[in-house]
Amino acid sequence: MTPAAPADTDAGTPAPSHSAAEQFAKRQQSPVQRIQHLLHAHPSISPLLVLVLSFFVFTYLNPNFGTLRTQSLIMQQVAVVGALAIGQTLIILTAGIDLSVGAIAILATMYSAKLSAEGGVPGPLAILIGIAVGTAAGAVNGLLVTRLKLPPFIVTLGTYSIFTAMALLYTSGQSVQAPAMPDLMTWTGKIVDLGGFRITTGVIMVVILYLVVGFALKQTTWGRHVYAVGNDSEASLLVGISVNRVLLSVYALAGVIYGITAWILIGRAGAASPNGAVDANLESITAVVIGGTSLFGGRGALLGTLLGALIVGYFRTGLSLAGVDDQWRVLAIGVLVIVAVSVDQWIRKVRA
Amino acid sequence: MSTTAPNPTTSSVRSEAPVLSARGLVKTFGRVVGLDGVDFDLYPGEVLAIIGDNGAGKSTLIKAATGALIPDAGEIRLDGEVVSFRRPTDAREAGIETVYQTLAVAPALDIAANMFLGREMRRSGPLGSVLRMLDHKGMRESAAQSMSDLGIGTLQNMAQAVETLSGGQRQAVSVARAAAFATKLIVLDEPTAALGVKETNQVLSMINRVRENGLPVILISHNMPNVFEVADRIHIQRLGRCAGVVTPKSHTPNEVVAIMTGATTLEETPGRASN
Repeated sequence: MTPAAPADTDAGTPAPSHSAAEQFAKRQQSPVQRIQHLLHAHPSISPLLVLVLSFFVFTYLNPNFGTLRTQSLIMQQVAVVGALAIGQTLIILTAGIDLSVGAIAILATMYSAKLSAEGGVPGPLAILIGIAVGTAAGAVNGLLVTRLKLPPFIVTLGTYSIFTAMALLYTSGQSVQAPAMPDLMTWTGKIVDLGGFRITTGVIMVVILYLVVGFALKQTTWGRHVYAVGNDSEASLLVGISVNRVLLSVYALAGVIYGITAWILIGRAGAASPNGAVDANLESITAVVIGGTSLFGGRGALLGTLLGALIVGYFRTGLSLAGVDDQWRVLAIGVLVIVAVSVDQWIRKVRA
Repeated sequence: MSTTAPNPTTSSVRSEAPVLSARGLVKTFGRVVGLDGVDFDLYPGEVLAIIGDNGAGKSTLIKAATGALIPDAGEIRLDGEVVSFRRPTDAREAGIETVYQTLAVAPALDIAANMFLGREMRRSGPLGSVLRMLDHKGMRESAAQSMSDLGIGTLQNMAQAVETLSGGQRQAVSVARAAAFATKLIVLDEPTAALGVKETNQVLSMINRVRENGLPVILISHNMPNVFEVADRIHIQRLGRCAGVVTPKSHTPNEVVAIMTGATTLEETPGRASN
């Protein structure tokens, strides 16, 4: 098939042009193999199919599901977990995991809320402090992973407790209500009406975050190195990538995103509570995994995570509109997670 | 065969200056002596095979030459100038590319991404310098060019993930990467160890192609038929020392194995060329 390629001419071993092995190599792939290759090249296809399918099923069960109003409510519900899942995706792409996402977001929330409400810190500065707290917390995770060579699971299990306790100690377990804070703090909860599609400024910020981080992952050298380090850190070292620097940047950037999410969380909840977002840790991992990113690192796409977060939102609202007990939603998400990881295992076995 | 000049059994009588040479390399690991005063020379445009039993010091020798190990004593010269590599990237920057046995590829990434891994081409202008944007198109074209330079016609789609390739094709990607970036020489560590007969032949033809394109090659191998097919000279390591440098014309494979295993010595078996 390659007339211009004199592959074997000078080795003194002219290969027979139509050997049995070559015939075997050119055999037709079975339909199942073709699907496997398609999913291997485009891991976001399966969550996209699940999302589209569930849209039609839930709309069939209750026509209210398909309305702009319901859809915009789902966006608002999904915004916080969707934003945290961006950081989680980055970390899982490096073959790590972050169990402290929710704890970092709460810590950042409480610092900026309490400082602005009781410390007289102006809104913009309070938000920057929240982002700085998130970044510092993420960097602590990153330093423990890169310097002490501890497994990310253990590091973030430990810092999950530490950051949660710090937030509770700092606030004595007290919430900060919206009226006590400058208006800017709850600006992320402001409704924007796009011709009947009512979303919040927070939702728009999440969309922008996805676009920016998605661009960085796919189009920049940094993103390429994130994939390489997660895929094979030994090989990355051998080709001269500074693996530790990439890892540290990923954990710190995840922290920046958690810090920004803290602001979105205050707008969404209309308050800052040290007990909020308790489910965010596992829900963000769920969104990433359903979105087709491999827990083994180096494979997946941010688009999949967005779809994964939306799928979780669809199941919550869709099943509740269908009048089904909420435990069915919990059960269905559990099934989805297991199916998604099984599909990933299968895709990773792809061969020529 | 008989028209070529008789090959000397030692490397000392050559007019050309070696590309890479080492004198008196010593490396010990605790009480184990890895290298016990080894000399070697690699001349322009040749394939030098380094063979030896397990523990003979061939890996240690090559690690010392490529910066993966720092020798305790001895001197390495690249194009006549003394060099001291502290890490593999030092050797790479000096123009020495190594194809590791593990191949050092990221299997989930595509061929073009792996060719440029760690040295990505960036877009021109501020898109590249400020945003550090990848030049996807440029890397694919350049990767395809490198492939055809080595006569690898079976790999057409540079956007194919490396893990979907066969073992020989993966080896080809790794060799093509080394050939594309090396300016002085290429080191291949057991490139055919995991391959079948047909793929082995393809890799050997790539090695020939690299030599024709002007780059000298150091080939570490256990496989005597491969070595005799492709090497110009054979450096035999034994017990941390160089047991002799021969050529495929001066000695038979059996004689080389005998020297390698200590059943005989180069003095006892001087080979045809010296007779």
